[in-house]
Amino acid sequence: MREVAVIGVGMQKWGELWEKPLRDVFTESAMLAIDDAGVDKIEAMYVGCMSSGLFCGQEHIGSLMADYLGVAPIPSLRVETACASGGAAFRQAIFDVGVGAHDIVLAGGVEKMTDVDGGGATFALSTAADSEYEVYHGVTFPGLYAMMAVAHMDKYGTTRDQLAHVSVKNHKNGAKNAHAQYPFEVTLDQVKNAVMIADPLTILDCSPITDGAAAAIVCPLDMAKDLSKNAPIKVLGSGQATDTIALHDREDIAWLSAVEKAGEEAYKQAGLKPSDIDFVEVHDCFTIAEICVIEALGFFERGKGGTGAASGETHMGGRIPVNPSGGLKSKGHPVGATGVAQIVEVTKQLRGECADRQCPDARIGMAQNMGGTGGSSVVHILGSV
Amino acid sequence: MSTSARYWREIPQRYRLEAAKCVSCGKVFFPPRLTCKGCGGREFEQVTLPDTGKLVTYTVIRVAPTEFSDQAPYAVGVAELDNGVRLTAQVADVDFDELKPGLPVKIEFRKVREEGEAGILCYGYKFVPVR
Repeated sequence: MREVAVIGVGMQKWGELWEKPLRDVFTESAMLAIDDAGVDKIEAMYVGCMSSGLFCGQEHIGSLMADYLGVAPIPSLRVETACASGGAAFRQAIFDVGVGAHDIVLAGGVEKMTDVDGGGATFALSTAADSEYEVYHGVTFPGLYAMMAVAHMDKYGTTRDQLAHVSVKNHKNGAKNAHAQYPFEVTLDQVKNAVMIADPLTILDCSPITDGAAAAIVCPLDMAKDLSKNAPIKVLGSGQATDTIALHDREDIAWLSAVEKAGEEAYKQAGLKPSDIDFVEVHDCFTIAEICVIEALGFFERGKGGTGAASGETHMGGRIPVNPSGGLKSKGHPVGATGVAQIVEVTKQLRGECADRQCPDARIGMAQNMGGTGGSSVVHILGSV
Repeated sequence: MSTSARYWREIPQRYRLEAAKCVSCGKVFFPPRLTCKGCGGREFEQVTLPDTGKLVTYTVIRVAPTEFSDQAPYAVGVAELDNGVRLTAQVADVDFDELKPGLPVKIEFRKVREEGEAGILCYGYKFVPVR
């Protein structure tokens, strides 16, 4: 396989984008990435999106986006692994370039979640779980992660405060991110006293409903300097894995084994270990998710993610900065776009373009994206050349 | 709204806890599957799940999906039945303070939801604390 580099990235400010239809949300970010790369064409496209069908009544968005980006007739398809759709789209783009099918490929992700009401959004998101054996019984997504939190708290003594530290940190980082949906800080007390969604998770433990897109342009590493003036960011490793769809069928409800396996594959390809990673963007769909992910990726011992989250080690300047972008909690979580936005952040950090959010001496970054309650995970490791 | 076929075909599981046991390795699946993820076997015998077990984890849903909004807040949990099979369901007839991992529960047949204003009534299993 050819080595692959990221030469362009783009995303707009995320939030409730009432005036922008689905097709414009995607196209806007795609154009930002194309302009950033400085390329005059793309040859194939992968569009990560969990459910444009349920949110917007629109399927076939591979074609829709190729049309509205003005790049038809290039091959273009939608990639879906629930909330890991963006990361999975990026992985497909890497394979496409890696095997030599095309030289300039766009990996994008989009979700437009505000065209349905709260009940509609809850329903669409619930399709990432087991529809007949979880959702049928009235379990919501926050409910499933709340059960994961209760299991983790029971097994390891993780506390309500430790969960809240994740939200406080991510909001602190996101307050400096011009693209974030909620660029403001929150306090531990605000998180703990916010409206309860599913015990023990309050609304400030949960990532929001967001409209947004993100895009990245990839090419063979050895063509990067000819195609773009940007410093090429090399894909060092990629991993993807699945786990049971239903939380109740997991070997250990408090462990994300798909994340562990996807991470192992990425580390192995890159020839790296957790201590080599300078910073990581993780899938904090709920505060407990970040705690479980930092264990599964090997940054903290199994069961120690909670104490880790409260220790300061995952803060900017700590041993392993987690979510310098503000994560899903502060930046927003337009489901299919998230995985690609993580690539945008990692790329910008490695280029040194993050101003007051910059991780100093960043040379190797990781992005971890996850679907459902951990039924899918995709992990990438990128590095400066 | 789904056709009633979607509800009807799950009745053996939701009403009678019918599961499948792999003939080769003995692993039990609920719902039944076409292929055993333990040994790859494709032959199964029908078994019924036990109706007692213990809660493994739980939560209280306070912001509910549309079909359950009149029931909120309600408890849901994962229980491990006496044969090791785990499933997810509501925990009924319980004070939220009683919820804890290890709580002994039994399965009861209850109404779970209604499909829309004029739709079918949907039944299934719920966990009830053993008293």
